[in-house]
Amino acid sequence: MKKLSLDYKQLPLIATMSLFIVMFAIGSMRYTGFLSTQVFLNLFVDNAFLIILAVGMTFVIISGGIDLSVGSVIALTSMVAASLTMNAGLSPWIVIPISLSVGTIIGLGQGYLIHYYNLQPFIVTLAGMFLARGLSYLISVESIAISSPFFDYMAGTRIPLGGGNFISISVVIALIVVLFAVYVSLFTKFGRNVYALGGSEQSALLMGLPVARTKILIYTFSGFCASLAGLVFTFYMLSGYALHANGMELDTIAAVVIGGTLLTGGAGYVAGSVVGVLITGIIQTMIVFEGTLSAWWTKIAIGVLLFFFIVLQRVIVLRTKPK
Amino acid sequence: MLKSLMKSKLFWPIVILVIILLINLFFDRGFFQIEVRNGRLAGSLVDILNRGAPLMLISIGMTLVIATKGIDLGVGSVIALSGAIAATTVADASEGSLAPLFAAIALAIFVCMVAGAWNGFLVSRIGVQPIVATLILMVAGRGVAQLVTQGQITTVYYDPYTFIGGGYLLGLPFSIFIVVAVLLLALFVTRKTAMGLFIESVGSNPEASRLSGINSKNILMMVYIFSGFCAAIGGLILSSNVASADGNNAGLWYELDAILAVVIGGTSLMGGRFYLMGTIIGALIIQSLTTTIYSIGIPPETNMVVKAIVVLIVCLLQSPEFRSKVFGSFKAKKAVESEDDKGVTLS
Repeated sequence: MKKLSLDYKQLPLIATMSLFIVMFAIGSMRYTGFLSTQVFLNLFVDNAFLIILAVGMTFVIISGGIDLSVGSVIALTSMVAASLTMNAGLSPWIVIPISLSVGTIIGLGQGYLIHYYNLQPFIVTLAGMFLARGLSYLISVESIAISSPFFDYMAGTRIPLGGGNFISISVVIALIVVLFAVYVSLFTKFGRNVYALGGSEQSALLMGLPVARTKILIYTFSGFCASLAGLVFTFYMLSGYALHANGMELDTIAAVVIGGTLLTGGAGYVAGSVVGVLITGIIQTMIVFEGTLSAWWTKIAIGVLLFFFIVLQRVIVLRTKPK
Repeated sequence: MLKSLMKSKLFWPIVILVIILLINLFFDRGFFQIEVRNGRLAGSLVDILNRGAPLMLISIGMTLVIATKGIDLGVGSVIALSGAIAATTVADASEGSLAPLFAAIALAIFVCMVAGAWNGFLVSRIGVQPIVATLILMVAGRGVAQLVTQGQITTVYYDPYTFIGGGYLLGLPFSIFIVVAVLLLALFVTRKTAMGLFIESVGSNPEASRLSGINSKNILMMVYIFSGFCAAIGGLILSSNVASADGNNAGLWYELDAILAVVIGGTSLMGGRFYLMGTIIGALIIQSLTTTIYSIGIPPETNMVVKAIVVLIVCLLQSPEFRSKVFGSFKAKKAVESEDDKGVTLS
């Protein structure tokens, strides 16, 4: 019986993986030049920031919460990094820690409010979203272009992988975050606490798990990931702008859900979210290759996929629920 | 007397609204003046009502959704959808007849009610959490809106269309009449029929309401359809105001403003009791906050920071933990804490 329920919980992940392979196969058959290592690697290059975001969001959603502030934190981080570099002329070794602490502090504050005042994660992170977006407007309404040797290096360096293929430094950062998160979620006490919290907060509390610490740490980690993604996004765009990453929190949640994490909490995998990001990436790539389709088809396609996976999740929850 | 007044859910929202308006008076002596220009009433107060109309409409729909312990994140996209459909319908209409106008209104409202029904279907029949179910439409709806306008900003050169958002009736902006009509409809249905009670009971306990013979599923369905209806009208007003439709940016952030208005108005996000008048005041607070920020010359970008702080303060004031920590004496705090402990061990 136990094995059966485990299988059901892994069903979305299996569906996601197969979907990715099928989509890649369809793309390769339809478009010439689609089946190449570089097209595959570009999925990582163009979505490195989304992967980092999705990793943080996965922990939040597994714990049964939600974090709507991540898109705005990206904008705020890019603004902080850009203004400190260009207007204050600080060295990157000072700029980077400050930028990273921006999201971490916001995440810490949100976690604190959510836990100690028993507020809904949804509304607290909504406020965080407004706050971060507003603060980045306060820094500057205009976009700030960055030209500094360090940022140029981070943006322009290509790490060759042989055969003319390459990845960027951002991809390496993203992969390190993913590996770290996979390890934390599967092999540490903290990781198990997160799953327990998502399964049932009440039971976790009764079991004597450190609910307060875990919960606050989850949101802090998500905030940190958002800031790191903000830096990577800044490398990608080479500018700071208050309108950066508008609505990206939704893309992130969509990727996590498509990646098989249950929105009710308690089940899901970091690796699944990475595949979820790759699927949203491949939809965009296919639309680019198709040429005649416009960008808004991406939104519709992601909406349809979201619907499909949410209904699938619903079926799974109904099947596994003890009657 | 004062105590019972203060206990009213409307008391604090009204106080906040009055304070915001008084701040305006401080900076602009003529703030409360209303004058008649070309047979129309004009003044900052009328302006707030007029500009706040779409938000008030959408918040009315959102209130009922939140009362059922749900949330509708799709309203922003539905606004864009409604504007896109209406504007595309009347884009090439000839000035002579009013038929295209009514066709556009009917079509936009119909499609948006279908969108609402879709949300309602997911929530009530499939049992998806409302945040998630409406997230689908939030993402995809904007895509569909852009599909309708072909990704362009559709401009309308058909004058009657601008009447919805920019017209005047009896010296007042027409949009105010729309708000009043929808508000009266909602008040009538929820306060003069059993519907309001049903909604509150579904919000506090869907299972118990089902057992007592209420068709919770249909109630949920209706609430989401009504929210779609409200968003459709709000979208018509917004798009008619600028005589164009922008699938990408119309109604951006409106879902958040609407949720904010509902929460400020005293309706709890946990469902149950709802306060339509409170919501209206909440929407007016948000609108006057925006107007204030513009009129006293603070950079408009501050708006979002201020909103964020307002949300947090309102939520903290609603949180029993916060109240006991800040306002309660040491004794009261202890009592609440021991109650909490009991709750945990019992359940």
